[in-house]
Order: sequence, then C-alpha cells, then structure tokens
Amino acid sequence: MAKSNGTFRIGTGAGFSADRLDAAVDLATRGELHAMVLECLGERTVAFAHRDRMADPQRGYNALLERRMCALLPACRRAGTVIITNMGAANPRAAAERTRDIARALGISALKIACVEGDDVTSLVRPDQPFMDEPGTLADIRRPIVGMNAYLGADAIVSALEAGADVVIGGRLADPSMYLAPLMRHHGWQNSDLTKLGAGTLVGHLMECGMQITGGYFADPGFKDVPNLAACGYPIAEVSAEGGAIITKLPGTGGRVNEATVKEQLLYEVHDPASYLTPDVTADFSRVTLEDLGKDRVRVSSAAGRTRPEKLKVTVGFDAGVLAEAGVSYAGPAAAARGRLAAEIVEKRLKESHGISSPVRVDVIGASSLFATAGKARADGEDVRLHVALRTTEREQAELVLWEVESLLCCGPAGGGGYRGVITPAVETKSILIDRDLVKPTFEILVT
Amino acid sequence: MTERGRNERLLVRDIAHARAGDKGNTSNVNIWVYDPEDFELLKRSVTAERIKREFPKLVRGNVTRYVIEHLHGLNLVMSEALEGGVNASLNLDSHGKSWSYLILGLTLDAGEKI
Repeated sequence: MAKSNGTFRIGTGAGFSADRLDAAVDLATRGELHAMVLECLGERTVAFAHRDRMADPQRGYNALLERRMCALLPACRRAGTVIITNMGAANPRAAAERTRDIARALGISALKIACVEGDDVTSLVRPDQPFMDEPGTLADIRRPIVGMNAYLGADAIVSALEAGADVVIGGRLADPSMYLAPLMRHHGWQNSDLTKLGAGTLVGHLMECGMQITGGYFADPGFKDVPNLAACGYPIAEVSAEGGAIITKLPGTGGRVNEATVKEQLLYEVHDPASYLTPDVTADFSRVTLEDLGKDRVRVSSAAGRTRPEKLKVTVGFDAGVLAEAGVSYAGPAAAARGRLAAEIVEKRLKESHGISSPVRVDVIGASSLFATAGKARADGEDVRLHVALRTTEREQAELVLWEVESLLCCGPAGGGGYRGVITPAVETKSILIDRDLVKPTFEILVT
Repeated sequence: MTERGRNERLLVRDIAHARAGDKGNTSNVNIWVYDPEDFELLKRSVTAERIKREFPKLVRGNVTRYVIEHLHGLNLVMSEALEGGVNASLNLDSHGKSWSYLILGLTLDAGEKI
C-alpha cells in the first residue's frame, strides 16, 4: 500500500505523449504512490487526436493508451495508486471504455474509471471570437476547424476522486491540475486556499514534464553530467499538508535530482515567474526556495497563489494540410559547397519550374540549420545533409518537393546519397479565452 | 560543473546552465549561474538589449528579462522569436529547444575577462 505519514506521494508516469513506459512500470511497482499522473497532451497533440477521431470515431485518444494501461493497471491496483491522465485527448469516452475492457481482460474487478468530459467547447464558441494573444478572430483562418478544447482545472477531477475513482481519464485536463486535484482531495484544500493551490500547482508544474526534472533535457557532458541517463527514473513528489514538497526519484534509477535540475524546470515555459496562470489559480513562483538535501532529494517551498482566473484558455485546432520533408546527404571534401549548390537548385526549380510561391525552407544540416536564422553558419562541413521542407494544403506541391529532392541523385551535385522523403499531416493551433461559467465539466464512472 | 579555471572562461556556458521552452511564437530561456559569485557577470553579459542586437532576424519582438535574485537566475522571454512557432516554423527545431545554447554560446562581457 501507499506510504501514509501525512505526506502525499505522487509520481509521474508520462510527461508527454510519447514518453517512456518501463520507468513508469518501475515507479508504479516500487514507488508506494498515492497517485500517478500521465500527462500526454500538447496543443498540437490534441489537434492531431481530433483528426484521428474524424478518421475513426473509436479513436482520437493517445496511441499508447492500451500499452500503458496493460502495464500499469495491475501494479497500481496492487499498490492502491490512483491513475490520473489526459490520455483521452479528443475522445475520453472511448479511452475510458477501452481502459475498462483492458481491466476486465486483466481480471481487475470493481475498478472505477471516471471519464471526464466537457472540455470540448465547439458548440459554445462564436466565429467572431478574437484570439487570445494576437490580432484577428477565428473567422480569419480560412481552414477547417478540427476541434476546440478548454483547459479544465482540478474541480472535475476532485469530484471524480471523491466519488471513488481509481482511474481518472479526461481530454484537455490542464497539466498541473492533474497533480493539484489529488492533493486537494487528500489534504482537504479548498478553492479559496489560494496559497495552497499555488503550492500544489508548483508541484504539478515541476512534475508534469516527467524526466525533465530528474536529468532529462539536462545532461551536457563535462558541464552537467547525469549518471545512467539511459535508465532515468521518473520523479516523485512528497507533498505535505502545508504544500511544501520534496522532489525525488526511486533509488536505483538513473538520472539525478539536484538544485540545478529543479531550477531549470521551475521556469520551463514560464514567462513572468510571479504570474503563472492555470484554470485553478494565478500561481506565484517568484519567491520559491530550494534546499538540496542530497541523495536526489530537493525541498521546494514558498510558492504562492492569488486570483482564480475568470476565463479559461481554449486551444482551437485547424487542419493545415501536410508537411513535406525531403533530404539528400553529401560527405567528404567540399561537402558543404555541394550541399549549398543542391539547395540553390531545389529552390530555383520549385519556384521557377513549378511555380510554388509559398516559402520553402532549405537547410544544409552540418553547415547551417537550427541556428540559420540566428545568423550562425559554418562553411567547412564535411558531412552535411540537404533538408527541404514545405507546409502546404495542396498535396501535389508536397509530392513535388519529394520528387525534386530525389531527382538530385542523378541531376544534382556529385556524390549525393541517402535520399529520404516523407509527407505528414499538419495542424495549426490558436488560443482563445472563454468565460469559465460557460464550461461545465462532467464525469461519469465506468465499473469493471 | 566546469573544471576550467576562472581565466579560461569565455562563454556564458562556462558559468551558467539554461533551458528553453516555447509558447506559441514566444521562446523563454531560463539561465542559472553555478556559482553565485558569477551572477553579476551573468547579468551584465545577458541583457535584453544584447539579445535583440545579437539575433535581429530571429528575435523579432520584445525581449523581457526577469531577474530571480535569490536563486541567481534570469528568465529571458523573447516574443516573435520562433519563426512562427510550431504551427508555422519550418525550422527542424520548431520549438526552439536549442535556443538555450544560443544564449549559452554568447561570449561573456569582455570587460570582465581576466
């Protein structure tokens, strides 16, 4: 059973849609957790999920849901650990039903699975709705809308937990709210306890990206070394009733938790440290204190909170056609010069021979790519790759990009090899705001 | 942490570590010194004005710098700095995950080198 000495033990089982599973199974098995959160949804992930659901009404949830549930449900049942996840994406109902079927097949009886809905606000939004952080309105985007999801806070999750849910599955549940909700439930925090909501939001913010606080997205050999990163452990937070927390990980796992890993995550995707907006609270991380206790344990304290936002953020996804990407490699003496010549040829032909006027991106990887616009390039690369990209709503143009790059094998500079080309679906997302009173989250419990 | 001597330090990376994140077309990079004694040097070396000056084509909007004195860190918020962001950018790194190394690759304030 989960440890219970007043503190609440909560762990991360996924920090993004494609996150690792083996470390989650280890944590569910050995972690003695009260709750495990799997955060699997980004703005674009939910838009892609809507496209999946349009293609098949039974899909539209996280592609790894089945594998994750098969691996985690038995261990979490044994340990008495509640699972909270937004793997439902664009179809929480189908995800909850699928989870119920998996649990039954595994012989797990009387499991309560809460399906949280109400984040899809398509019917509540008018076309003249202005964007949140840029000029224009929804009507200005002349592309099909694939879905609109409001960020739901902790409320509906708390209600589901109070109803006895063992698993809570939703769609656009806000990342930190999935951590805050079980803390509110366990410690009896109310919506008026703004300081505690701020503290719980900090815990969620630190934990929601999984291994980004235990050594992932961090290692820099010789400067920031991380032991056994290949077997990095997911994080655990031990949270007191007052809201202070210790961030740690399982003994024997790779990675590290120290002041530096916690600092980098503290302001990850944060703008004003004193104003981090969630559906639950305006959290203030500006006075957070850290204490490195050693042995992969860091104490975090002094987060604060104020004002519950009156509006909720909504992500609107549009169909943006496809992304075409194609490449050819060059190596040896003057490879960069040959790569640049190839780039000139492709640009010229796409524009002049095929009349493609939309911007085509051409990189010479190894000489100039990620930092090209920042003005950094080297002329002497001896192992480079031409990379051509175009986003378009016209399939034919995408196919032309691949054809033109492949044609370089016989028609381009000397020694070009290793052609690959791929066309993938593209989405565009915009943000709008909606009055929170209009959004009515609901939950329903399925039982095995 | 770096083993290099103080007089060998050339780049921001020699005194600090950083992480990049994105929201829409806005990039933020948080930067923290390893040794609190270097915080003044970091503050002099990484200013909002300098970021605009170093990367005029990339960082097209405003740069706001938040100073977290007690933790010896900075948070740079750079608007219109992601070539359109994940929706529009055709940069292979459309999230600007590598932007932290643009900042860490800056030279330290020349007046401070020993």
